[in-house]
Amino acid sequence: MTVLTAGRRILLLLGMPAVLFAVWWFATADSTDVYFPPLSTILRKFGEVWAGDRLTADILPSLLRLTAGYLLAVAVGVGLGLVVGMSRVVRDVLEPVLELFRAVPPPVLVPVIMLFAGIGDTMKILVIVSGCVWPILLNTVEGVRAVDEVLSDTCRSYGITGPSRLWHLVLRSASPQIVTGMRQSLSIGIILMVISEMFAASNGLGFTIVQFQRTFAIPEMWSGVLLLGLLGFVLSLLFRFAENRALAWYHGLRRAQRDT
Amino acid sequence: MTPSAIASVKTKPAGTGAGPGGAPGRRGPGTVTALRGLAGLAGLVAVLEALPHTGVVSADYLPPASEIGRTLWHLLAENAFWTALADTLTGWGLGLAIAVVAGVVAGVVIGSVPVLRAVTASTIEFLRPIPSVALIPVAVLLYGTDLESTLLLVVYASFWQVLVQVLAGTQDVDPVADDTARSYQLGRWGRVRYVLWPTALPYVMTGVRLASAVALVLAITAELVIGSPGLGHEIAVAQNSGAVSRVYALVLVTGLLGVAINLVARAVERRALHWHQSLRREG
Repeated sequence: MTVLTAGRRILLLLGMPAVLFAVWWFATADSTDVYFPPLSTILRKFGEVWAGDRLTADILPSLLRLTAGYLLAVAVGVGLGLVVGMSRVVRDVLEPVLELFRAVPPPVLVPVIMLFAGIGDTMKILVIVSGCVWPILLNTVEGVRAVDEVLSDTCRSYGITGPSRLWHLVLRSASPQIVTGMRQSLSIGIILMVISEMFAASNGLGFTIVQFQRTFAIPEMWSGVLLLGLLGFVLSLLFRFAENRALAWYHGLRRAQRDT
Repeated sequence: MTPSAIASVKTKPAGTGAGPGGAPGRRGPGTVTALRGLAGLAGLVAVLEALPHTGVVSADYLPPASEIGRTLWHLLAENAFWTALADTLTGWGLGLAIAVVAGVVAGVVIGSVPVLRAVTASTIEFLRPIPSVALIPVAVLLYGTDLESTLLLVVYASFWQVLVQVLAGTQDVDPVADDTARSYQLGRWGRVRYVLWPTALPYVMTGVRLASAVALVLAITAELVIGSPGLGHEIAVAQNSGAVSRVYALVLVTGLLGVAINLVARAVERRALHWHQSLRREG
């Protein structure tokens, strides 16, 4: 029985991807269309192109910039969000300004930031920060605002104030919202990583893929598209893993509430 | 049904203001809030005006607010500007419409057939996080700098936003209501129309609101990077020709456009859901 259920689950999990993969494989098997090379060629190129020097020359710099920008955005977003969220006056004053900044499509900041920071790593990290910070900031504000009043009063009567109140009450109860913001930011971060490199760069994933496309190295280009897709998928898996660890208490709480 | 397959489709428990009542009423004691907000905006303009004059930031990089304002004023008199704005809105609107229709249809079909839902769950989870900018080279190759390039990116990015919300919505159907409908001999279509659709509608509207923001980002991105006509392309041209204050004015326009789209999306959501308890409770 358990073997059967496990088999069924694996079939459900892998069935459709396998079919799609097979369709792609056979539909392009003898393809002579320059734009749609056979999947076998793309996969062969994938190994050739990305396993060698490019791993350290392109993939690594991209990932480092993404990590630096993203972490910086989390720090700034949560920090500012706490300040803004805890004071009603500050929130009222800044809310329209923040909404405006958030509404600016992040990629248009690339040309603006290029003015200040040139075209180096600083520019790319700043671009990632400037795009990722808003969802985190605004979600932190919402989360801080929605702190349970009973808990807040309880903390006050127990004399929990200052940093320990911030850490144990405010950050804790805002964390589901903060994580929601971080999830939105992650996909924005990947987009900006690629775009900032497409715009002006000498290395990185975005740069290399556009280079392939401009030189009509089509199978290589497709392998880059695959790699980007894979990267997005893996990062979102990692994120979900981390989220399940960090917010286990919250998900448990919600499950319990739903069951009753 | 395997619970894990369901759980993996419904990924956003707290999610992005997902589900009914995603937009909590944000009304303080009205006028004070509005005045403070205006003060904030005025403060921003003042800072932007003062910074280049004090020399902290070179006026070559950040023109004073008054100059940006003047450029924006001149921009409004240009035909090219309005054409670009229309191009952007066309790409946005068309892409969003295609994505919403496709997302709703696919979501309702997949969501109302348990087998389909179980089979497609892993595929959706795989395809959804793929950044749509990965498709930029493909779009350039296939469509060059035409509108289709923009559409490809916009549709891909917004489709998943809608689909995931619709799937979450179809899962929320009250079993009692569904059984009641069955006892009253409603057919498959009747149950979709009178049970599933009203349940899913709040989720659909959330999906549309999220998708409308994403669609604008991708439309402008496509124009900026690929060079298909629109505001993004205008920004790239202005930047290449060193027209700094024009860059800022155009960026401001995209921001205002984003705010406007957000407001419209919220208004539409409120209209479409006026019957829903999450909104009735407020009134």
